[in-house]
Amino acid sequence: MGKVIVVTSGKGGVGKTTTSAAFAAGLALRGHKTVVIDFDVGLRNLDLVMGCERRVVFDFINVINGDATLNQALIRDKRIDNLHIFPTSQTRDKDALKREGVDWVMRELRNEFEYIVCDSPAGIEHGALTALYHADAAIIVTNPEISSVRDSDRIIGILAAKSRRAEKRESPVEEHLLLTRYSPERVKKGEMLSVEDVKEILSLPLLGIIPESPTVLKASNTGMPVILDPASPAGRAYEDAVARFIGEQREMRFVLPERRSLLRGWFGRAAS
Amino acid sequence: MTVTTASKVQGGIFTLMVVRIADPYDPALDRELAEHVALSPGFFADAPVVLDLRDCLGCTSAEDFTALRQLLRRHRLVPVGVQNASALQLRAAKAVDLAAFSGAQANGARRAAPEVAPRPRLVTQPVRSGTQIYVRGGDLVVVAPVSAGAELIADGHIHVYGALRGRAIAGAAGDRDARIFAHRFEAELVSIAGRYLVSEAIAPEHLGAAAQVALIEDRLAILPGWSKG
Repeated sequence: MGKVIVVTSGKGGVGKTTTSAAFAAGLALRGHKTVVIDFDVGLRNLDLVMGCERRVVFDFINVINGDATLNQALIRDKRIDNLHIFPTSQTRDKDALKREGVDWVMRELRNEFEYIVCDSPAGIEHGALTALYHADAAIIVTNPEISSVRDSDRIIGILAAKSRRAEKRESPVEEHLLLTRYSPERVKKGEMLSVEDVKEILSLPLLGIIPESPTVLKASNTGMPVILDPASPAGRAYEDAVARFIGEQREMRFVLPERRSLLRGWFGRAAS
Repeated sequence: MTVTTASKVQGGIFTLMVVRIADPYDPALDRELAEHVALSPGFFADAPVVLDLRDCLGCTSAEDFTALRQLLRRHRLVPVGVQNASALQLRAAKAVDLAAFSGAQANGARRAAPEVAPRPRLVTQPVRSGTQIYVRGGDLVVVAPVSAGAELIADGHIHVYGALRGRAIAGAAGDRDARIFAHRFEAELVSIAGRYLVSEAIAPEHLGAAAQVALIEDRLAILPGWSKG
C-alpha cells in the first residue's frame, strides 16, 4: 500500500508546487516508485514545474469522469525512472473533484505506487480539503512570515479534523513542517521570523529549511525540479528533507547566515 | 438561669426508599423483595420505606396494611408511610399509623437528577487557528499551546498549561467567578461573563508570562502569576 503525502499550506505562493516537484523527484531518485498529482484544478502548474506540459493529453478530471484510464493520463518523467506526473485540468474548476472519483483514483494509485505526492491548491475550500482528505502524511509548507504561519496553523487544524484518518478515527496524519524561502540574513535583521519562532508557534517537528535562492525560480522556469540542480542550496536542502522524511538523520543546514565574506578569508589566513 | 424544654421541633430532610405495591397479596412481591434485599443486605437492614400505591387497587382496609407490614418486616424493612394513595387507602393507612407522604412523583413526573458538576474537558493537542472548543457547564483544561485565531469557550474556568495566543472566553453562561489561567499569557482577547479585553488593551508587561484573568468589581483584571487576587 502506497503512502499518500499531501503538500499543503493554506496560503498561496509559499512553494507548494516547487516542494511537491522536488519531493517527488527526491523520493524517485532514491528508488521509490512515486507519482505526483496536481490537485489545483483550473490553475494547472505542476506540469510546467516538472517540464512535461507539452506531453499532457488526458488529466485528473478526465480520469474521474471516466473519459480516460489512469495509465493514459499518467506521464512518465524522462529524467527519473520511478517518477510519474498526474496533471490536472486547466479548463475545469475544483468542483469537478467528485468525492467517489477521487476515492477511486487514490485507491488505484496506492496499489501502484510507493509514494503519492499531492500538490494541494491554496485555501481551505473544496480543492484543498479534497487534496488533504486521503493523506497519511502532510508536509506543511510555511514561509517565515506571520500570515503564512497562521494559515499553516489553520490547515493543521483542518487536517486533524477533516482528513480520512480523522474521520475513521485511525492514527492521526503525520505532520512535518517545511520552512521555505528562508533567509538567515533577513532573520538576523529582524525582517523575518526565525526557525525557532515558527517552531514555537506551530509546535511541529521540522523536516527542513529551504533557503531563499534564485535557483528555485530558474528551475521552475526551465521545468526542472530544483532537487536535480546540484549547485543549488535549495536543491541540497530538499535532498536533506527527503532523507529526513525517509528516516535518515541529517543535520539542519542553512540556519545561519553564510560567512563567505572577507572575514572568513581573513580568519582563514590568520589560522594558517 | 436556663430554660429547658421537653422537646424541640426541627426540620430534617431524609432519603427514603419507595416500594411500589400493586397487589399486597401477590406471592411475587415476597420473592422480588427478597431478591432486592439480597443484593445489599446491610443497606436495607431496618430501612424505613414508603409504600407507593399508584398502581394498587387493593389496600383499602387496615388488615391489608397489617399483612403488608408483616411481609416487609420479614425482609427487615420498616414501612413508615404511603404515597399516591386514594382516599379509602389513606384512611386505612392512618388506622395503622402510616403517615401520608405527598405524591411528588405522581403523574409519572420524575424529579430532576441531582446536579453534578460536569468533569472538566481536557485537551492535550495544540488548539489550532480556526478551531473552537466549547465546554458547556464546565471547565476547560488545555495542556498544549493555543494558537492565534483559536477560540476557547467554557461556562467555567479556562486553564492553559502552555502559551495562550488565541481567544479565551470563561464564564460564558454568566458566571462572574470564572477565571482564565495561562502559563504563558499572550491572548488576543479574554472575556469573563461578557466583559472583555482585546490584546491592544492589555498592558505589555502582562504578556509572555504566567497570568490569570479575573472579574473584580465588574472589571477584568490581569493578575501576574498565580496570586489569589
